[in-house]
Amino acid sequence: MSKRFLAAALLLSVSAFPAFAAKSSLVVGMPIEPPGLDPTIAAPVAIREVTLANLYEGLVRIDRNGKVQPLLAKSWEISPDGLTYTFHLHEGVKFHDGTAFDSGDVKFAFDRARDPKSTNAQKQIFAPIDSIETPDPATVVIKLKETSGNFLTYLGWGDAVIVAPESAAGNAANPVGTGPFKFKSWTRGDKVELVRNPDYWQKDKVKLESVTFRFISDSQAQVAALRAGDIDAFPNLAAPELFAEFQKDPRFKAVAGNTEGETVAGMNNAKKPFDDVRVRRALMHAIDRKALIEGAYSGFGTPIGSFFSPNNPAYVDMTGVIPYDPEKAKALLKEAGYGNGLSISIKTPQMAYASRSAELMAAMFAEVGVELKIIPTEFPAKWIEEVFKNKDYDLTIVSHTEPLDIDIFARDNYYFNYKNDTFKALIADAARTTDEKARFAKYAQAQKILAEDVPALFLFQLPKLGVWNAKLQGMWENSPIPINDVTEASWTE
Amino acid sequence: MLRLITSRLISLAVTLVLVSLAIFLILEVLPGDPAAIMLGTAAREDTLAALRQELGLDQPALVRYVHWIGGLLHGDLGTSITYKMPVSTLVAERMSVTLPLSLLAILISTALALPLGVAAAARRDGPVDRAVLVFSQMGVAVPNFWIGLLFILFFSTRLGWFPAGGFPGWEAGLWPAFQALLLPAVALALPQAAVLTRVTRSATLEVIAADFVRTARAKGVKRGATLRRHVVPNALIPVTTILGLQLSFFFGGAILVENVFNLPGLGRLAYQALNQRDLVVIQDIVLIFSGLVIVVNFLVDIGYTFLDPRLRSRA
Repeated sequence: MSKRFLAAALLLSVSAFPAFAAKSSLVVGMPIEPPGLDPTIAAPVAIREVTLANLYEGLVRIDRNGKVQPLLAKSWEISPDGLTYTFHLHEGVKFHDGTAFDSGDVKFAFDRARDPKSTNAQKQIFAPIDSIETPDPATVVIKLKETSGNFLTYLGWGDAVIVAPESAAGNAANPVGTGPFKFKSWTRGDKVELVRNPDYWQKDKVKLESVTFRFISDSQAQVAALRAGDIDAFPNLAAPELFAEFQKDPRFKAVAGNTEGETVAGMNNAKKPFDDVRVRRALMHAIDRKALIEGAYSGFGTPIGSFFSPNNPAYVDMTGVIPYDPEKAKALLKEAGYGNGLSISIKTPQMAYASRSAELMAAMFAEVGVELKIIPTEFPAKWIEEVFKNKDYDLTIVSHTEPLDIDIFARDNYYFNYKNDTFKALIADAARTTDEKARFAKYAQAQKILAEDVPALFLFQLPKLGVWNAKLQGMWENSPIPINDVTEASWTE
Repeated sequence: MLRLITSRLISLAVTLVLVSLAIFLILEVLPGDPAAIMLGTAAREDTLAALRQELGLDQPALVRYVHWIGGLLHGDLGTSITYKMPVSTLVAERMSVTLPLSLLAILISTALALPLGVAAAARRDGPVDRAVLVFSQMGVAVPNFWIGLLFILFFSTRLGWFPAGGFPGWEAGLWPAFQALLLPAVALALPQAAVLTRVTRSATLEVIAADFVRTARAKGVKRGATLRRHVVPNALIPVTTILGLQLSFFFGGAILVENVFNLPGLGRLAYQALNQRDLVVIQDIVLIFSGLVIVVNFLVDIGYTFLDPRLRSRA
């Protein structure tokens, strides 16, 4: 009896720990659960972080250095006038449901995204498109109404992945793409499981058999799950104060990389006293960015002087334009008529970086005679309503995580209430410019205008605090786009 | 009797309709447009309008309310705005975590509280009594999410005996699922156990002082037997009442504990839905909880009339 019990127990323990075999599964932790798995119909970044590159693929992809690389399109030509893009597609590519991928799917996907009824979060990607032609199954010709310098880059975003007419409607709950992993299951509130796609067109490229994304919002719980070995990697740890410990721990690799998240304290430019550029500059002079980063993000993060990511090749360092200089700040305030002090408020979302930054800013402003009242605001619900929609605020603070989003300062009716026609024209011009050097020069000019005009207080670039098992390789250290691309990940033993 | 039940059922239905209206109106005045939240800072006028139309948010409030109630009458809880799937499926999935979690917590709480409370009362002011009082004092003071955090630090991170959170699902087997639920259930149970211990202790003390116990002892019944046969059964009546009242606390506490342990339960769904302003989901969950409370009250009412004949004639 006892022998039989022992045998059964042994058998059970063997079957319960398949980890004895070479490890080929990966568990990735994320702070926020995606609300669906279709990046082409909703905005949340978490959707892209699960699905982009892993489940869905675009005509092109953005690599870990932010460069455009071929993907479903093996090559392309651009006409000399920059208006016609001819893409040559890979053949023999199949969607996860077995249907074939061809030029018709590209036309379908882009027409669906630019339809007036579409809820695609980045419709401007498709705005320049005039027509899409499919001369044969392996060729797509896209004609533009006007030149678009970032068109190829945009096609690498999650909003422009290729979906099929047979499956698109169900993608939010049951995603079907052409990627190296297939959707297996989604336990809502807990995890999404993906398994290797045996029919993937890039044979043998991917080493992992399965990937599980687990959603853990509490930062203490994130750290506990990593330490307990429940998850293998947390590409974006939300607890900077706990990150340094992982850096010391040989079991983990902890890398502070870059994201596209510009953290800014937006000001209501239409409201007094922020309609006066001297006040805006004074507030910028009052902020010691280094000290702010130390306090708000444990020293991780890069100071910024304008609204551009240091990740981007067109980035120019503008932190010196309005440096930390409390005396200058006081002088400017006096000049603007606020020599006897000024009282303003900041609506602060509950994210740790936001509330900590606001507290530090309050202390720094006090040094130059400005009283800053902190008003905690629930994010996203209340913040979107009060600040974003109704523009009922003085100052606020939030990190803008979309890549290449300097154009938000050119948008009408955006929450900053910033109006600058020169800037607006410049951004439109830059978007049309196809010559890279010329486009970068225009972006540099735009960055300078913002740095001098200070429509928002430019604070710091959110870092990407990645922590993963030291035996894991191929994870991304930076995120030039919001992505958890695990197609190159593998275990060393 | 039948007339009583019918009249109670009618007032039950009226209460539920009033509750549903109240929930709907409260959510109407709560700031936060679900479509705007979905689109966040990427929102543009045209996309926002398209999404509002897709979600049916462009309809007037009255139409949406009637639509919701109409669906409920057909057993249709509606579709979640964020997950874009039937709320009934979502709720059923989450119930499979929250229900076992609460039941386990109730079991643990009762298993701890009853013996401790009786033991403390049996030897009043003795060392056991004093220890129990200290324990219950602490239990009442320390919130359950904090206990949860300590458990994770010690049992999961330090000792590695339990997962640090999450739920493998019942399909992973009974033991892994139980393992994932045990720590959160204990964290959930301890504060309630502390309250219940105090109630049991004082109820037991009250019965010990009663005449019939003195009579029993005087007739020579042994101390242990008196406790078993006379004191405990009588003390259980107030204890059961408190236990019934505690049910709602278990659900409330589940929201916090599920968040700490990252359990995909109903409490966490409610929390998430509130953050995202997933109106349909919040409406349904609040209605389900209120419905449970109202139905339990109804059953208690009916139960009392069965137990106490005097109430029957009055009705």
